[in-house]
Amino acid sequence: MRIGVITFPGSLDDVDAARAVRLAGAEPVVLWHADHDLRGVDAVVLPGGFSYGDYLRAGAIAARAPMMADVVDRARQGMPVLGICNGFQVLCEAGLLPGALTRNSHLHFRNRDQRLRIERADTAWTSDYVEGQEIVVPVKNGEGRYVAAPTELERLEGEGRVAVRYVGGNPNGSLRDIAGVTSEDGRVVGLMPHPEHAVEDLTGPSTDGLGFFTSVLKAVVGA
Amino acid sequence: MPQVVVDVVLKPEISDPQGQAVLGALGRLGHTQVTGVRQGKHFVLDVEGAISRDDLERIAETLLANPVIEDVELHLPEA
Repeated sequence: MRIGVITFPGSLDDVDAARAVRLAGAEPVVLWHADHDLRGVDAVVLPGGFSYGDYLRAGAIAARAPMMADVVDRARQGMPVLGICNGFQVLCEAGLLPGALTRNSHLHFRNRDQRLRIERADTAWTSDYVEGQEIVVPVKNGEGRYVAAPTELERLEGEGRVAVRYVGGNPNGSLRDIAGVTSEDGRVVGLMPHPEHAVEDLTGPSTDGLGFFTSVLKAVVGA
Repeated sequence: MPQVVVDVVLKPEISDPQGQAVLGALGRLGHTQVTGVRQGKHFVLDVEGAISRDDLERIAETLLANPVIEDVELHLPEA
């Protein structure tokens, strides 16, 4: 099982994402944004960071990188894709996920351990959790406020597309406490908090984040 | 060289905390007659040769603005 982690100029958490992939029991594959070759990976993680310095809009320029055209094509055929933080912003900008991430309502960068509720335990990236399960992983962002038009939010709630929600305090003013959303087919998931920073007792507030990376092993085998 | 100007602003229904922070600062400076601020982006494109309005709209809507949250205004050079 090979899981690609794409590095963009300005990515920060690609090494941690690769480490989480390895701890989950898969082989991490280093991918470079400017290439046009997914190297036969079974799934892709878009890591956190500040691709292109967040110029224009967070994730906007990375979403138009050569490798992203391949990711969009394969995702539309069902390849699992996880976007974390900046990766979530890239997925929204690429049109693979609905909505957008904007400047935090309080204008501050927020960095803390965050309690989340898993709302959907049947996506490619969350099947090792149970619906309603609460987990604690770090959150760290300045532009993490999830927004969409009111009618779009109603539609997303109706379709059960909210995958993860903030509980015990909303760190950035995201509408309806939305921390992460999923594609219609449940194969693409994006979230602002960082499960890859919560995979080892030594460095994280918990090991709650590992489930994202173990879930996808079954999603690919089962496909 | 002809220039095309593209203005990008958040849609009215998307809250703009940066604009609100600017409004707060204006109030502290005594400019209480200003009652609202929306912050946006202003792009000036130098254009060589012919470019259609369709091309410019595509540029504006696929890269310069995110149509999910932003509106664009194109200002073309006088023909």
